[in-house]
Amino acid sequence: MTVSTSQSTLSSARDDLRTEPKVIRFVIIAIAVIFLTVFVVLPLVVVFVQAFSKGIFAYFSALSDPEALSAIKLTLMVAAISVGLNLVFGVVAAWAIAKFDFRGKTFLISLIDLPFSVSPVISGLVFVLLFGAQGYWGPWLQAHNVHVLFAVPGIVLATVFVTFPFVARALIPLMQEQGTQEEEAAISLGASGLQTFFRVTLPNIKWGVLYGVLLCNARAMGEFGAVSVVSGHIRGETNTMPLLVEILYNEYQFVAAFAIASLLAMLALITLVAKTVLERHLDEGQIPSGD
Amino acid sequence: MAIEVKNIVKKFGAFAALDDVDLKVANGELLALLGPSGSGKTTLLRIIAGLDWPDTGEVSFDGENALAHGASERHVGFVFQHYALFRHMTVFENVAFGLRVQPRAVRKDEAAIRARVKELLDLVQLDWLSNRYPSQLSGGQRQRIALARALALDPAILILDDALSSVDAATEEGILKELRGARSGRTCFIVAHRLSAVRDADFILVLHEGRVAEQGTHEALVAHGGIYAKIHCQQQLEAEIEGNAA
Repeated sequence: MTVSTSQSTLSSARDDLRTEPKVIRFVIIAIAVIFLTVFVVLPLVVVFVQAFSKGIFAYFSALSDPEALSAIKLTLMVAAISVGLNLVFGVVAAWAIAKFDFRGKTFLISLIDLPFSVSPVISGLVFVLLFGAQGYWGPWLQAHNVHVLFAVPGIVLATVFVTFPFVARALIPLMQEQGTQEEEAAISLGASGLQTFFRVTLPNIKWGVLYGVLLCNARAMGEFGAVSVVSGHIRGETNTMPLLVEILYNEYQFVAAFAIASLLAMLALITLVAKTVLERHLDEGQIPSGD
Repeated sequence: MAIEVKNIVKKFGAFAALDDVDLKVANGELLALLGPSGSGKTTLLRIIAGLDWPDTGEVSFDGENALAHGASERHVGFVFQHYALFRHMTVFENVAFGLRVQPRAVRKDEAAIRARVKELLDLVQLDWLSNRYPSQLSGGQRQRIALARALALDPAILILDDALSSVDAATEEGILKELRGARSGRTCFIVAHRLSAVRDADFILVLHEGRVAEQGTHEALVAHGGIYAKIHCQQQLEAEIEGNAA
């Protein structure tokens, strides 16, 4: 898929490249195609080939295994919670940054980017230090019989932390570009703050919101490092899909490992298609209506 | 509505956008604001509309302190410099917006809203555009829709912030004519660059670096021989040159 698009773009731009000798053109295209095949297409094909290597029956029985089902359920639940939280947080943060001027704004922007610049394993460790038995709040939590680490709350916390930049990042440039004019017009026409948000701001950013949610969801479902540190790998309880893939692979259960991996690969493909569609909408929406 | 502004000071950092500005407009008067960009015209109008707040000073509507109310409670019709039409709404919905967000107790029913929007679109002669989106309109058309939208709630105060400088002289003439029809007792503020647009004003205020430099009627200001008279001279010359060229 990627290969064919890169070829068609190159051929449509052929006029501009006429100055380059044919050989060089061919070599450049070949390098791109070979690289993508080896590093993107081949691994993707291998996942599906391995998953179906013992037939369709083995594939589906691997997916309907109780451990697999529990991992799928947990992953969906964790993704739903973290996307929901980060949706609210992202919209609020982007709104504050794009529409108001306040002290420490630059600091807030860099803070939002923090999860991108820290290794996910470190992010996970932070939560161990906070909630672990030897951590700051660990003893108190233990005394009150609250389980955060090696339980679902810990996994949710780590995932929320790792994925919180996506929605805010998608919205900040969009909202900054749109400015506050339309909101001011709405307010001067008598709209309340909530009416302004739901009737003017939200419709203007809806494609950006969907875009952020999509990327946030893909990362939430696929996150390995941070979740691995806090999960405790309790079978049938705290294993998400990526964690289960690793466990099964280490136990030489290749069909089962690749069957779960194929679900994650499909998620990636769906995300890619949806992302392309949303980007088209975003480009359309960004034609300024002002001039 | 009579409007009084007293000793308004507004600073953005070290820059004084308005430095001790006073003005007084009687009910139903048309006040024109003139001055180079950065002279504080927009800031002054935004403070009157409640979109900005002065550092010090008073604003009163009919003797009542307007600063106690936010923009949504002041009932000022504001036509923005860059139109600020809602890009995701049709022309019809843009004009209907003010009517739709009214509190339920006073909100009109759908039929009445439709009738009112049609009336407003007829006023600006753009009824045939009601299903288009703002991005499909010309500058002059957007300007008229913005005017119709600002008039929807029948505001006692109407502000046109530099709303005419981005359209050509002929379109401006047309819009001014519609405006005269739409004024009907409203107190109006208008910012313009062409003197043809401000000549009829009851009162003209020339701002310079955040202060009132000159004020009076067109005739008085021309006779005064200050900034206004200079602009007047210049624009007459330009008009003559254009006339000769054509």
